[in-house]
Amino acid sequence: MKPAKFAYYDPTTLDEALGLMGQFGDQARPLAGGQSLVPLMNFRLIRPAHLIDLNGVGELSYLRADDGTLRIGAITRQRELERSAEVAEGWPLLREAAAFIGHIQIRNRGTVGGSLAHAFPSAELPVAMVTLDASMVLRSTGNQRTVRAADFFLSFMTTVLEPGELLAEISVPPLPVNAGGSYQEVSRRHGDFALAGAAAVLALDANGAIRHARLTLTGTTPIRAGQAEKFLLGQRPSEELFRDAARRATENLEQDSDIHASAEYRRDACAALARRALAQAAVRAVERIKGTPQ
Amino acid sequence: MSTRQVRVTINGREYTGEVEPRKLLTDFLRDDLGLTGTHVGCEHGVCGACTILFNGEPVRSCLLFAVQAHGADLKTVEGIAPNATELDPLQEKFWELHGLQCGFCTPGILLTAEALLKEIPNPSEVEIREWLSGNLCRCTGYQNIVTAIQEAAKTLSERRT
Repeated sequence: MKPAKFAYYDPTTLDEALGLMGQFGDQARPLAGGQSLVPLMNFRLIRPAHLIDLNGVGELSYLRADDGTLRIGAITRQRELERSAEVAEGWPLLREAAAFIGHIQIRNRGTVGGSLAHAFPSAELPVAMVTLDASMVLRSTGNQRTVRAADFFLSFMTTVLEPGELLAEISVPPLPVNAGGSYQEVSRRHGDFALAGAAAVLALDANGAIRHARLTLTGTTPIRAGQAEKFLLGQRPSEELFRDAARRATENLEQDSDIHASAEYRRDACAALARRALAQAAVRAVERIKGTPQ
Repeated sequence: MSTRQVRVTINGREYTGEVEPRKLLTDFLRDDLGLTGTHVGCEHGVCGACTILFNGEPVRSCLLFAVQAHGADLKTVEGIAPNATELDPLQEKFWELHGLQCGFCTPGILLTAEALLKEIPNPSEVEIREWLSGNLCRCTGYQNIVTAIQEAAKTLSERRT
């Protein structure tokens, strides 16, 4: 239960960190909050030769709204996301998702970028970011590219990040006008890995019909339920509608069986959570409309 | 073997050490500095026995390397009591109300509770249980831990008035 040897670097600027990442390529691992990486190292499931500690790179730690877009530096702590008044006001779904991550002691260290780059299937932030249509800014020495959250996750614990590349910023666009969002999950014990999760965003038109719908479920990578989203458009929110949409979203949903839950249970749980997330998003969309001067 | 120097403030006192980068902060506290009040349970961030305050925030010390604590301000269970003969209200109430049995999880729980009462001076039972969810106790069933924290909160708020 002790990590294998590694060479340790503690850069203080992003340029310096990118230089080290480029120099050591796939022999290097960036260390953010360490709440997933260090357990893997303690178990010796991974043995990076070079560990690049990003905790001293102050320019990667920020949380601010610019013209309605939320910009999150990659090493911003999950607890900051949870405590931010701006997040609670503009992106309540994100605050809800953050509050499900592990425990307060974990969120005090765990980072937003770290959780996304780790890309664990039951993780909350990947599902939330796909639902919010966030973009990831990836940096390497002399290079920068922006990838949509939906394209960032490739498979189990695998993203589009190349050796030498770092996730530097996550930018979350504003929700559509008068939209409501919700994040729901179920786990065996409070703070455990999620067995299933769902996130939804709904916006209504002046007649109360759904004009914009997003629904995402947990899976090996976050799964956007495109067919169910199309089905919802133009319809009026009702319990029956959301039940039907949740069924459509999950009838062919691929889920894994393991010691914690069967695939069948996960599929059923995803359907129940999808229904609840849609219902809560609709209630919040109505609240938005009522709260906004017309 | 390359080592690094670590200078860290713990419970208001400065300590220095020479460590291999892979040395966990828990092991540095216990083995190098002799601060054995911090307990080692699972060593992978699940149990919370090794919880300490890192710049005032409760964290798992088994998921930090000692080198990362360079320049930080830490608090361990040894720093909770005001002096060698008196107990802090939290410790007093845990003792009085049987908030512990074997005591293995207690150091971590005390530090979580201290941070909780600093952030929320009069927490609800739900809030106490939310914070405690990051610390496993296999003896008590938590009931007396929750009661002890509630009673300590009362003592502390009486002191403030």
